[in-house]
Amino acid sequence: MTDPVTGFTQPVRLEYDYTPGFGRSRFLRALEQGRIQGERCPVCHKVYVGGGSGACARDGVPCDELVELPDRGVVTTFCVVNLPFAGQTIEIPYVSAAVLLDGADIPLLSLMQEVAADEVRMGMRVEAVWAPEDERKPSMDTIRYFRPTGEPDAPIDDVLRRMRDA
Amino acid sequence: MRDVAVVSFAQSPSVRRNRTQNEVEILMPVVSEAVERSGVPKERIGFTCSGSCDYLAGQPFAFVWGLEAIGAWPPIRESHVEADGAWALYEAWVLLQEGEIDAALVYGFGKSSPGSLRDVLAVQLDPYYYAPLWPDAVSLAALQARACLDAGKFTENDMAEVASRSRRDAMNNSNAQVAKDVPAETLLNEPYLASPLRKDDCAPISDGAAAVVLACDDLAREVSERPAWIRAIDHRVEPHALGVRDLTVSASTRIAAGKTGALNDKLDLVELLAPFSSQELILRDALGLTNGARINPSGGALAANPMMAAGLIRIGEAATRISNGEADRALAHATSGPCLQQNLVAVLEGE
Repeated sequence: MTDPVTGFTQPVRLEYDYTPGFGRSRFLRALEQGRIQGERCPVCHKVYVGGGSGACARDGVPCDELVELPDRGVVTTFCVVNLPFAGQTIEIPYVSAAVLLDGADIPLLSLMQEVAADEVRMGMRVEAVWAPEDERKPSMDTIRYFRPTGEPDAPIDDVLRRMRDA
Repeated sequence: MRDVAVVSFAQSPSVRRNRTQNEVEILMPVVSEAVERSGVPKERIGFTCSGSCDYLAGQPFAFVWGLEAIGAWPPIRESHVEADGAWALYEAWVLLQEGEIDAALVYGFGKSSPGSLRDVLAVQLDPYYYAPLWPDAVSLAALQARACLDAGKFTENDMAEVASRSRRDAMNNSNAQVAKDVPAETLLNEPYLASPLRKDDCAPISDGAAAVVLACDDLAREVSERPAWIRAIDHRVEPHALGVRDLTVSASTRIAAGKTGALNDKLDLVELLAPFSSQELILRDALGLTNGARINPSGGALAANPMMAAGLIRIGEAATRISNGEADRALAHATSGPCLQQNLVAVLEGE
């Protein structure tokens, strides 16, 4: 009697061609021009940024009012990546941070650089480092990363309260 | 049992490839229209249930994003099925029977265009024996159609008649994707796509969405002049392995129809989700449709087949024709899985 089959490898590969949609497209086009564009909900007046559906997830209505946002803000939370993984391009340890841009009500998930991983903290003031003008594309890579501005830390409890209550 | 009715229905036009809108952007106006048209105050919608498939989007938990379309604030009670919205409607119907709430929102959505649909559907097969062979969805339906032809269940001409009628009826459906007036004999001259299926025997590949609002008893009567009451609803599933099924019949449809009391019933209207002309013939046989009920005046899935919404659309189309007085008693059907694996039957009626 032959040995039972205990496992086999079944490669699965499916390719997808995404449509960012209207809301994401206008955010990505602005990035290409070196601008960060948010959008304000006509009902709750929160300012969203990051290219979602172009709608307020809370009120279920389209956000038609566009808001220009600065490329600086505050770290609201972060994660230190210590584990190597397939396809990794950044030296570990590195930090992924949620950055609340000044004037926005929802943070952007961003890479932190030009700072040691153990120095990143909630409340740290940071600014975007952009790709050179001729390398800007309608892509999240157009903001290469965020780095500390050296300004005094923001009062993080106030920042978090504003995000919660706004 | 509580009386539950469809009190409104909305759908997006179906298109082959929506290059300007993502899933949420397609869904949002559809949900808004269904809720507004229902007349049910938003705060009385006690449950929301959706149907979609992450494999279509190619992203895990893609369905969570769909919630952006409905304004989930204050926090709502919500659920999801990885299936057509018709099964989401079933879940909502069960919850309404519990009696805690009086109205529910149900939606289904899917963009088939990002990937290769016939290959994406292959990953729903059993992962050991079938999926490694990558049998595509059209070829599996062709095997089923061939088995039916060999068994003498119907002819290629019967299939062409279904295709011709569906495409012609689609001309009166503003949401249809494929509509034309071509006689069956002309369709029979077309080449095979996957023998014995020709292109016109197959549903188009569609992007789209649909939404329904359900309401109970007095609330339904309050908001709707003629609610489409769901008199009965049932769904059944057949084994995963195609080899253990008789593909020339639809046993699960027959059982579901029997449970709803719809077998050989007096029906004015039937909306079947048959993504292939051959499958409509199998379903008609399973349901015992012999008394001249109007079949798929919308054009059915051959007019438009937005995955995960097309079954809910059958229920919505049937309900619309009851509410506007065109029909008194209708059967709506949805299917899921390869070769009609899983089937749902609902009987709707006006007062």
